[in-house]
Amino acid sequence: MAFLEVKGVYKSFGKTPVLKGIDFTMDKGEVLAIIGSSGSGKTTLLRCLNFLETPDKGQISVNGDKLFDSEEPPYSDREKREKRLHFGLVFQSFNLFPQKSVLKNVSLAPGLHETSGKKLTKQEKKEILKRIDDNSRRLIDMVGLSEKADSYPCQLSGGQQQRVAIARALALNPDILCFDEPTSALDPELTGEVLKVIRELKTSDRTMIVVTHEMNFARGVADKVIFMADGIIEEYGTPDEVFGAPKSEKTKSFLEKSLER
Amino acid sequence: MGFWEVTKQLADGFGVTLIIFGITLLCSLPLGLVITFGSMSKFPPIKWLTKTFVWIIRGTPLMLQIILIFYGPGLLFKMNSLPRMTAVLIAFVINYSCYFSEIYRGGIESISKGQYEAGQVLGMTKSQIFFKIVLFQVVKRIVPPMGNEIITLVKDTSLARVIAVAELVKAAENIVSMRSIIWPLFYIGAFYLAFSALLTVLLNLAEKKMNYYSG
Repeated sequence: MAFLEVKGVYKSFGKTPVLKGIDFTMDKGEVLAIIGSSGSGKTTLLRCLNFLETPDKGQISVNGDKLFDSEEPPYSDREKREKRLHFGLVFQSFNLFPQKSVLKNVSLAPGLHETSGKKLTKQEKKEILKRIDDNSRRLIDMVGLSEKADSYPCQLSGGQQQRVAIARALALNPDILCFDEPTSALDPELTGEVLKVIRELKTSDRTMIVVTHEMNFARGVADKVIFMADGIIEEYGTPDEVFGAPKSEKTKSFLEKSLER
Repeated sequence: MGFWEVTKQLADGFGVTLIIFGITLLCSLPLGLVITFGSMSKFPPIKWLTKTFVWIIRGTPLMLQIILIFYGPGLLFKMNSLPRMTAVLIAFVINYSCYFSEIYRGGIESISKGQYEAGQVLGMTKSQIFFKIVLFQVVKRIVPPMGNEIITLVKDTSLARVIAVAELVKAAENIVSMRSIIWPLFYIGAFYLAFSALLTVLLNLAEKKMNYYSG
């Protein structure tokens, strides 16, 4: 059984169909790149995986745990909150919490998960938060920002903010980390530092889905590539297959246009 | 009538002014948030009822509302009228809650969807997202418009005079008409100026304190 299974996912916004039956699977430790022109549905697919949109039809499961099944009654808010933690998401526009320091951005959610609604003594709570802080500092260090732990997002460059966002997503240790065009909002000279962090994550065997316009990056880092067009998976394969010998005409013309740029 | 005697009488009036100001602020700040939730409700009847109410309160003079709340019960239903001060406080609290609610709403709606989504993908509950992420950002954004409204409230308290509540202006008027002297009116102007100056300083401090980040 594959680690991630997506079966027959459909999604429309009003009368506009955006996903018209998406099927794919993914193994643990794999890096999947999703490419395609704007409006092809790649961001919507990512948002469906992360519970930010609810598919109209289909099934999604991770590691045997069913996350969504249109045949069954919807999960309660609490179940959804637990299930969505299989995934982490790094947004195109970072969405850091501006009033919180870098450290607090990373440690906030784990702190809430481990302390809220539980009966803890002050001492126990202190120890838990200390452990979370240490782990957060380690992650901030890993993305190369240990000196910025006490800075606020507005004091950082876009690339640094996106690295904080990656550390924040990692703090909950998701099974699958998703990136929604992580470099699209960055100045060209800043994309490199973010892509470097993602490359490093690959060496630590993290399972990742990256929606991207960076074709060279997709080709160099991904194990599998999905090319989406008009709400369906037009082509799927290894980077060599998709980039080197595309079968579909749509893929060919998309790649030609993207490489011209 | 000497300066100190006048000051003493005006101080009594100023006390009433401060009570109207303080109680209005204390009750309207939380009540305004309740009205905001009403006007942002996903349940249409509540939403439209609240919006209509806010429209009526913001669209009619506060002075008219004070008069209606004081005389209305007696003239419409033959009930005893409320004590003057109670009527004034009810009118002020309702009126200012509605104004505050619109400021809150503007503040809440100005927070980007991305902040909520970031909280959601981190598995936070709706209330955690509101209280741990959104609220502070809203507060920072609404301090300037709130400040305006609070300074306006300082001066609006004088409307209580319309049903003969002896606040600062009424107290001065009493002296003026009894003693035929004009300067107490200028004197109370100084009271208002000093009070709003103090509030301006406090509000600026609050703004500065929250300026450690931008965005």
